[in-house]
Amino acid sequence: MSEFSILLPSVLNGITTGALYALVALGLTLIYGVLHIINFAHGSLLMLALYGVYFLAAGFDIGPYQALVFMPAAMFAVGYVLQRFVIGKASHDRDENILLVTLGLSIVIENLALYFFRSDTRVVDTPWSFETVELLGAFLPLPKVIAFFGALATAAALWVLMTRTDLGKAIRAVAKERKGARLVGIDVDHVFAMSFGIGIACLGIAACLLMPSYYVTPQVGHGFVLIAFTIVVLGGMGSFVGALIGGLFIGVVESLGGLFLGESLGQIGIFAIFILILLFRPTGLLGHKV
Amino acid sequence: MLEVTGLRAGYGEVEILRGVDMAIEPLEIVALLGSNGAGKTTFNAVLSGLNRPTAGGVVFEGRDIAGLDPVAIVEAGLVQVPEGRHVFPNLSVRENLELGGYRRGRANRKSNLERVVAIFPRLRERMDQKAGTLSGGEQQMLAIGRGMMSEPKLLVLDEPSLGLSPMLVEEMFALIGRLNGEGLTILLVEQNVRQSLEIAARAFVMENGAVSLSGPAGELMRDPQLQRSYLGI
Repeated sequence: MSEFSILLPSVLNGITTGALYALVALGLTLIYGVLHIINFAHGSLLMLALYGVYFLAAGFDIGPYQALVFMPAAMFAVGYVLQRFVIGKASHDRDENILLVTLGLSIVIENLALYFFRSDTRVVDTPWSFETVELLGAFLPLPKVIAFFGALATAAALWVLMTRTDLGKAIRAVAKERKGARLVGIDVDHVFAMSFGIGIACLGIAACLLMPSYYVTPQVGHGFVLIAFTIVVLGGMGSFVGALIGGLFIGVVESLGGLFLGESLGQIGIFAIFILILLFRPTGLLGHKV
Repeated sequence: MLEVTGLRAGYGEVEILRGVDMAIEPLEIVALLGSNGAGKTTFNAVLSGLNRPTAGGVVFEGRDIAGLDPVAIVEAGLVQVPEGRHVFPNLSVRENLELGGYRRGRANRKSNLERVVAIFPRLRERMDQKAGTLSGGEQQMLAIGRGMMSEPKLLVLDEPSLGLSPMLVEEMFALIGRLNGEGLTILLVEQNVRQSLEIAARAFVMENGAVSLSGPAGELMRDPQLQRSYLGI
């Protein structure tokens, strides 16, 4: 019984963290599914969004949750412009170029952040940062519970967008059949940029939900992008449901790993899973054979 | 309706179309014939805006559309059903048809969809199935149906009989004839010379990137040169 009483909070805690991982991974898997590249700038764009939330709070007294009104739209615009006018233009229609361009972008963004913001760790203090919610005998930080539901709501909204709207159908169409898409009059470059923008908008939401229980430095994105990449591989490249389930799962693995192996070794389990998936099921749990 | 003059195009240094002249009148069904490599598919790609011409003009309903992008060309009402179908394999039949009305015919999407499934009853049975799981013939029907969802003024059909069983080919040509009878202008690009000539009003024969022979379909059918090269008589 006593073991259960440690295990349950740990699992619940892992699920709430995992939901945020899933949100970051959803953006990554969307961009992968359509553009067929891993966006290496994903981590640095998350970092940028976190700074956005920080400066809104520090400079304009706009709290992280109020920032939800601005940040998704702002990050969408950043993503759209980046894809349409930088990544798309610089890649000359070759996927391997896109990969390098996003890698280059991440280095530029990160070093600009280092130059302008310094490497200080910054946090946003809110009155409820340390409040907890009791669930089944476990005490969970309130910001993480909110983040969990925020992430689920975003995933649901994404699902509606992808299956119920013309834009979503066009995005899925372009992902598999670009020539067919051009011939029904879909502007493929616009759809690419919309996909990238939506993927980056997810980071804007993630940043708002993350900031109350986290911090920001210019390097903060690294940890997230590695985990998000693992989730995308685990769930199956380009699979939405896979990213969601994979995110929750990885969150729990990390949390339990921390419990049994100690905080500093907690992430070992994640990367062990990454290697095992690559060895035994490279298409991921919900991925399709290419 | 469509007037092509001196059209030249190619890939890089290689010129494929060396001055194509042809015209289509409203309500006609015109066949563009020719063997593999004659330039038919390049011609279609230029018509649809997938390739840019290097010289020459394409006038559609009095407007020069040469070199416009595919979005503008679909918007103008020139819609192509490509060779190899190119349906969206990961989308359901319904979603494929809905996307046919992405750029044009959005307002009448519901009634257009009803019309398409009335023409292709088999698609109605497969409505929620992924297009990638359809048979070749069904995919061809879907591709044509998707094209019709765009309310085309001119429908370009590129090799609609390719890869179909002889019975389905028969059915496909009958259907194309029927669509034309209902008031749709069609450019039929085919290797299947005999059946194309049977339903077409006029035909153009393409060879080495230029039109080598043209005229009413009935006359071409009796042309000795065409008989020798394409009909094996």
